[in-house]
Amino acid sequence: MSGITSIHLVENALLVSIHDDVTDTEIIDLQDTLSHRISEENVRGVVLDISALEIVDTFVGRVIAQLAGISRLLDAETYVVGMRPAVAVTLVELGMYLPETKTALSLTHALSQLRRA
Amino acid sequence: MHFRSCGVPNAPDTSPLTVLARLSLKTSRDVVAARQTVAREMKARGTSTIRVTRFATAVSEIARNAIVHGDGGEISICIDARKEYLLVECRDRGRGIGDVEQAMIEGFTTAGGLGRGLGGARRLSHGFEIVTAPGEGTLVRMSAKL
Repeated sequence: MSGITSIHLVENALLVSIHDDVTDTEIIDLQDTLSHRISEENVRGVVLDISALEIVDTFVGRVIAQLAGISRLLDAETYVVGMRPAVAVTLVELGMYLPETKTALSLTHALSQLRRA
Repeated sequence: MHFRSCGVPNAPDTSPLTVLARLSLKTSRDVVAARQTVAREMKARGTSTIRVTRFATAVSEIARNAIVHGDGGEISICIDARKEYLLVECRDRGRGIGDVEQAMIEGFTTAGGLGRGLGGARRLSHGFEIVTAPGEGTLVRMSAKL
């Protein structure tokens, strides 16, 4: 796992911060690492902080969607937090609505949703 | 048309473009460098965030295509003499596209992707042009208003 992306266990969730210069290779590695940690650490959720991402293209969008699909099969919900408005506009223009993920405007909001789960 | 030959030496331009950067595309690290350079050049000229994000996303799609489908290539980032447009030209050495109209269709894919990249990049750009033929590689020219 590269140092580009960090994963921390916070309450019952894995908090993942994705850095802006993440490459395709690194984000695929992240998918692998996360799926293992979800099953090993018995977490309720994954919170993906993408506030550092200036763009999300179809590749990164697809990996996020797959990650959410994998988490769900492992009984964890995926929250995407911190999406920039321009990123949301562009994703919709690309036809990517990420229906597999839940979105939260902030980390606090995502964690409080997970506490209720 | 907002295109002139960008990054091609000896191109018959009456109003020459300035090349801001020229990058080779070999690994996924180079895709990051290409989109970050485009974003930086646009921001430095005061372009709005939404325009920067849209065009940097389009460039990311096209640069990745050059690596995944085109066996690598290079990308040139230019500005016109009136400083109104950023122009990007991306060339690869791949096998070219046989049917560009088909390649543009949502959902059409040859590499197991989503098939949204090419059509999406066109929608996110101001000007967009593909020059390709089977066996001859692919050249994509795209522009954004500054």
